[in-house]
Amino acid sequence: MSAISPSTTMPAVSHASSATEPIVVRATLLSQVTLGVAVVLVGVAASLPFWGESSWMREFVEIACYFIFAAMWNLLAGYGGMVSIGQQAFFGIGGYAMLGLSNFGGINPFVAISIAALAAGLIAVPVSQVAFRLSGGYFAIGSWVIAEVFRLGIANVSAVGGGSGTSLTALRGIDKATRESTTYWVALACVVACVALVYLFLRSKQGLALLAIRDNEVAAESQGIAVKKMKLAVYVVAAAGAGLAGALYFVGNLRISPDAAFSVNWSAFAIFMVVVGGIGRIEGPIVGALVFWALNKFFSDYGTWYLLGLGLLAIVVTLFFRQGLAGFVQQRWGWVAFPTQRTLKG
Amino acid sequence: MIDTLLQGLLLGGLYCLFALGQSLMFGVMRLTNTAQGDFIVLGAFAAVASAGLVALHPALIGLALLPIAFAFGYALQRYVLNGTLGRDPLPSLVVTFGLAIVIQNGLQQLFSADPRSLATGALATESLNVGPLTAGVLPLVIFGVAVACTFALQWLFGRTRIGRAFRAVSDDREIAELMGLDARKVYALATGIAFITIAIAGVLQAMRTTVAPSDGPLLLLFAFEAVIIGGMGSFWGTFCGAMLLGVTQQIGFRIDPGWGIWIGHIVFLIVLVVRPQGLFPKTRG
Repeated sequence: MSAISPSTTMPAVSHASSATEPIVVRATLLSQVTLGVAVVLVGVAASLPFWGESSWMREFVEIACYFIFAAMWNLLAGYGGMVSIGQQAFFGIGGYAMLGLSNFGGINPFVAISIAALAAGLIAVPVSQVAFRLSGGYFAIGSWVIAEVFRLGIANVSAVGGGSGTSLTALRGIDKATRESTTYWVALACVVACVALVYLFLRSKQGLALLAIRDNEVAAESQGIAVKKMKLAVYVVAAAGAGLAGALYFVGNLRISPDAAFSVNWSAFAIFMVVVGGIGRIEGPIVGALVFWALNKFFSDYGTWYLLGLGLLAIVVTLFFRQGLAGFVQQRWGWVAFPTQRTLKG
Repeated sequence: MIDTLLQGLLLGGLYCLFALGQSLMFGVMRLTNTAQGDFIVLGAFAAVASAGLVALHPALIGLALLPIAFAFGYALQRYVLNGTLGRDPLPSLVVTFGLAIVIQNGLQQLFSADPRSLATGALATESLNVGPLTAGVLPLVIFGVAVACTFALQWLFGRTRIGRAFRAVSDDREIAELMGLDARKVYALATGIAFITIAIAGVLQAMRTTVAPSDGPLLLLFAFEAVIIGGMGSFWGTFCGAMLLGVTQQIGFRIDPGWGIWIGHIVFLIVLVVRPQGLFPKTRG
């Protein structure tokens, strides 16, 4: 991570007791402004069901799922160094777990969302035993095979409609307005929790260890960091987050099928958002999701040309613009909305 | 049962051709080509489109495509993929994955989503009978081509000057460059050769069955599984991996058509857990 210019830093947290010792600076002026703006924005957003249109809420829920999934992909690939094309496995597991708990277990679907996320995290533990046999590019494709195993497996389970899928019947008794606004609030809460948790985690001691592993695994291990444990933890957390996104998506969508739930497009869009926004930064998936939302709004009618363009854009950004938009802004102006580094002053 | 085994081996021949290019590219420059399957489909569509323009036998069209495929692969590696190599696997993965999406949607735009195939005339239906066994002539030809390609690549890799350069840059790029090799050109040559096998695989796939623009990812997964089961860096290992995958899928299809590919994936994962280095790793020495 590049250092911030001193003019934008402000001392916020200090571990130093005497004046001669250096002060550890965590926050920047921009990060404090961001926090303030974010609180206001979330407050305004929370009131949307009282004055907004229901199509806006549906749109938000959808983009929220894309964002949470991308943020978790960013955690896994950008911080954990595990580039995967198989995270749709946990997205689908989250969706189907939510559906199973609600339709067959009689649990309220909104409560089932969090249990489904936990279930996805739990399943990630044995799955990691297989996936971690591979590394680098082969880990990416091996994860995809694992996702296909889940897709083809579920497609053969007739209780959930097999290949053609099934509907979420548990929400039938609730009227449309209540259902939509509740889904919206849950989605908003999930987005806030997701950003906050990732941010706090990366600023913690464990987060520092994770950054060290990303920069150099061998060096990190030699400093006493339990690399394997840390990678497993990141994998499980990223899986739970992907499961959360999946469960939420299908509560909003009301209908699930193996091809939709375990589609590789989920990973493709996540990669697009993170790469365009800037990998290995919290701002990355946020910026990426906004770009994706805008492109989707204006160009998705072009179908194959639109997708072709997304693929080309990802290639061009990777070849010539590797830091992504958020990385460019940070390098050019030194703006960091979510600083995770520690800067010494004095 | 013996019939299932035979059909599985013949299917494995096709999978071997899918996988050889992947095996070569990973062996020489540790590059994971996630667009492998889509390039095979691209080759198939190039043959289908050419067959619509000139009235030649598909095999001749296939032969004519090989130099084009080589040049395409060489240029792709030289001017695009070389820039993505490094310790971080992300750039090469994103670029090849992006290419996969570009190819899928480009083909769909040009040819629609419908499956296409190459008309092979009598070859499509001819078969040989040996005792109780029946095998199609075309699958037998494909199997023969797979054996020949595996043999040729292993020979090229182990016995020629080009192969020595491949092994040198694979073992240590810096030292190889100190000895006067231009790694960027060696890499380009490897990808060019890999694309010859990709074109062969595409043409034969279109002759044996149908191809659709969205087929790529599945072919990639089969190719990948064959490479990993076989063990990295060995073409005969890849060949055996493809055979095991073909036989497993065929047995699965025989038990229940819905589970054939699933069982293939499961066997791959079992091999990965029990023997992560693959069945025949590094026989190239």
